[in-house]
Amino acid sequence: MEKSAQNTADISHLVTQFRSVPGGLLPLLHAIQGELGYVPESTVPAIAAGLNLSRAEVHGVISFYHDFKTHPVGKTTVQICRSEACQSMGSRQLEAHAKATLGVDYHQTTDDGAITLEPVYCLGNCACSPSVRINNDIYARVDAARFDQLMADLGSDTGVSK
Amino acid sequence: MTFYIPQDTTALALGAESVARALQTAGVEPVRNGSRGMFWLEPLLEVDTEEGRIGFGPVSSKDIPSILDALETDASSHDLYLGQVEQIDYLASQQRLTYARAGLGDPVCLDNYQALNGFKGLKTALAMTGQQIVDQVKDSGLRGRGGAAFPAGIKWQTVLNCEAEQKYIVCNADEGDSGTFADRLVMESDPYQLIEGMAIAGLAVGATQGYIYLRSEYPVAHRLLNIAIERAEAANFLGDNIQGSGKAFHLEVRLGAGAYICGEETSLLESLEGKRGMVRAKPPLPAIEGLFGKPTVVNNVLTLAAISTILEQGAETYQNFGMGRSRGTLAIQLAGNIKRGGLIELAFGVTLREVVEGYGQGTFSGRPIRAIQVGGPLGAFLPESQWDTPLDYEAFAAIKAMIGHGGIVVFDDSADMAAQARFAMEFCVAESCGKCTPCRIGSVRGVEVIDRIVANEDRDNNLILLHDLCDTMEMGSLCAMGGMTPFPVRSALAHFSSDFTGEGRGDN
Repeated sequence: MEKSAQNTADISHLVTQFRSVPGGLLPLLHAIQGELGYVPESTVPAIAAGLNLSRAEVHGVISFYHDFKTHPVGKTTVQICRSEACQSMGSRQLEAHAKATLGVDYHQTTDDGAITLEPVYCLGNCACSPSVRINNDIYARVDAARFDQLMADLGSDTGVSK
Repeated sequence: MTFYIPQDTTALALGAESVARALQTAGVEPVRNGSRGMFWLEPLLEVDTEEGRIGFGPVSSKDIPSILDALETDASSHDLYLGQVEQIDYLASQQRLTYARAGLGDPVCLDNYQALNGFKGLKTALAMTGQQIVDQVKDSGLRGRGGAAFPAGIKWQTVLNCEAEQKYIVCNADEGDSGTFADRLVMESDPYQLIEGMAIAGLAVGATQGYIYLRSEYPVAHRLLNIAIERAEAANFLGDNIQGSGKAFHLEVRLGAGAYICGEETSLLESLEGKRGMVRAKPPLPAIEGLFGKPTVVNNVLTLAAISTILEQGAETYQNFGMGRSRGTLAIQLAGNIKRGGLIELAFGVTLREVVEGYGQGTFSGRPIRAIQVGGPLGAFLPESQWDTPLDYEAFAAIKAMIGHGGIVVFDDSADMAAQARFAMEFCVAESCGKCTPCRIGSVRGVEVIDRIVANEDRDNNLILLHDLCDTMEMGSLCAMGGMTPFPVRSALAHFSSDFTGEGRGDN
């Protein structure tokens, strides 16, 4: 996900693509984040101008939604489900373990820039909790040992074993 | 022999992809079907054989060689052999209407959908007037499955009665309640059913544009819906001229961005318009002034999926399921600390105990069940004395609980209910849209007051204060977020008061 989005990131092609889409701001923000890994503050004026909104309105939308990041995130985003079904299966212990072993709190990135840890409220996998999402893949019945294995796989050449 | 291994989120999360690869390595190309919803058996490998469609599960990639060997000789000798899948009691005892097709085949195969009665409802609807379709929906007794249980036909009638140059059908697929996955299972196992239901809704009320507002936490559903929409367009089940009728309906998936509140319909509409997901005051009703100010049907995935069944099989057939004013079937989602979790579709009226003890077979941990939360994070925690309540909207309302979207989350006796009550408030802090004060500020104060109670600070007065705060939130909030967050808090206090003494419980 991490791409070096400079302050001058050019998003004009995306603004052009979404400017006439009804209610196009969310799809546009998703598209920008898909390309750059986050929505840099520096892109706000271009978004606002393109969609005929005020900068305050654009900022308001970006800050409202948990998904949109305004700073670079790690190469991999790891989300731990905090919802009730996962809690009933020990996700509170899992999140404590994850924070301790990664050495970060939620919304923080490991020093090597590899992993950003995020909470998530439900992945819809509640019959086989606790659930963890790593980028676009979801894992079920993740206890501390399984979590360590997933993190070890991330560091290897072959990636996470499914 | 045809092999099936699911591509739904839960099966993938339990290793279905490596099972598929192991099959390919052995020279077998499996069909990637949807899940049947028996998640405790996933990954569930199914094989079409002379004795019928048999199952093995839960399988891992290392089981594949021995299963293939057993299929050559005596399949039933394998440890993971389950017999004929449709005769597994968990599935055989269900009353499946919405999930009748789930897991049978490739979810995005259009031929497969049509071979299983797909698009028959749409074809029926094409020969009817809008009013006739709306009358069918009214006669079916269908009530909104998102949680509020409002009669769908009445909502549709309001939109039909509006004069407007543009109307919309919006599908609420922002299934954010913990313990729910019924919408996801429809979208991942039978997406055309939702597309069909939305097209019928469009014909009924005169709307030519539909949006599925899908939560971003569902990447698999997102991918499958987009494939299905593209194929349905190519086959003229969507587009400018549906099946040569001259009638139009267009459909698009829009992704949410991780805000629970956007499951509330007016907040969802704001989000679809590209704004912050702030709840709107009602009136005006979305049916009159909805998306972009136009008349809009907003229905949950399951409501719209049921429309396909109603138009295909008739209102009367649907109406014959259920009890009292709760007609049709309920998609029960059994989750949390449960041995056999999954999707259970039954007519309304089954008791909570029958579901949890019969289907679920108790907790995953093997410990006694302590509390059951029904209806998501805003639902009450129910103690054993309430488990004989039938799953019926009115019966649940009578005990200050709600069925909501049908999610059931089971907790064993290690659960700390004071911690869960605190979490209910904490969740409201994180997810409140912030528009009204009781919700925005009340939830923050709620966390603090619960902390003081558990710490035994001025306990009696703080308990009074907490109830007073709950009254304010219930009566003064604009929507169910603030208005119902007190439900889990108060039920925890009422039924599990010993947990609030500061000694805590279990290891939670």
